[in-house]
Amino acid sequence: MNKNEWPLWEIFIRSKAGLDHKHVGSLHAADAQMAIEMARDVYTRRQEGISIWAIESVNIHASNPDDAASFFDPMNDKVYRHPTFYDLPDELTHM
Amino acid sequence: MINYTLHLADNALIYGHRLSEWCGHGPILEVDMALSNIALDNIGAARSFYQYAAELEGNGKTEDSYPYQRDVREFKNVLLVEMPNGDFADTIARSLFFDAYQFLFYTALKQSTDEKLAAIAEKSLKEVTYHLRFSKEWTIRLGDGTDESKQKMQHAINELWSYTGEMFDASEVEKEMQAKGIAPDIAALKPHWEKIIADTLEEATLSFPIALQGAWFQKGGKTGIHTEYFGLILAELQYLQKSYPGCEW
Repeated sequence: MNKNEWPLWEIFIRSKAGLDHKHVGSLHAADAQMAIEMARDVYTRRQEGISIWAIESVNIHASNPDDAASFFDPMNDKVYRHPTFYDLPDELTHM
Repeated sequence: MINYTLHLADNALIYGHRLSEWCGHGPILEVDMALSNIALDNIGAARSFYQYAAELEGNGKTEDSYPYQRDVREFKNVLLVEMPNGDFADTIARSLFFDAYQFLFYTALKQSTDEKLAAIAEKSLKEVTYHLRFSKEWTIRLGDGTDESKQKMQHAINELWSYTGEMFDASEVEKEMQAKGIAPDIAALKPHWEKIIADTLEEATLSFPIALQGAWFQKGGKTGIHTEYFGLILAELQYLQKSYPGCEW
């Protein structure tokens, strides 16, 4: 593959103490293996993480910012959807 | 013992120095960073060895005494690591040959009767495992790439081949250390090394230099007889210390 045709990949790293992979940046690579190795060289130099996800950017589909009003604003005044109206017994320490 | 430790340190230092010359000049950003990281890993290993040598020698020596104050003939690195970077294929070929050696060497050095060397080997082995992966990967991608990359990669392999024999040719110091269980038997590493190289070249659709196998090989580095490139390396490496002795940041 000509270098000009290398697809763009989004890189996500999970830190040692974390549960989720966080987006840290992007790079061009010929294939998944190269993308992961490059991510190791560029994005984990300072011990940022222990796990790498590489996803071709074309496979990420995002919501349209123009839809924000109808997508997200209606949640502002629906407090009954939040689980905050229960009395938890004291014995429960990790809820 | 000190001389042996310095040989190990010099190998890592000169290799790291050559790779550092790529910093800012890599073909792409990610490879520039990778080569710089690998350079730093090697310089880190060199520091560990130099610190140990300074400890053994005493006399006010520090880790800096050896890289900055010795002259050409006192350095005991193999010739392979002082070869010029050339183009990316030349660098990858040199890395493939040397990383494979370091991988096998550090694996064996972990069994050293000298605890300090064994400890340095264990730490370095993790780094070198990645270095070897990197150089194998690129050898395969370039070899099995375009006609141009294949031709350059094959040329690089052929040109550097005669410098690989020295890695398995024990010097007097190494033989002495081997007898004490401190150094591994490097001649015994050769067949394993050849297997790694042969497998990699096969996957890269490159030819293994069979015609050159067992032939005469370049040597001299381990006894301080270096190539014409080495003086220039020291000129750059030692410039600051020699112009301003004892300077500090």
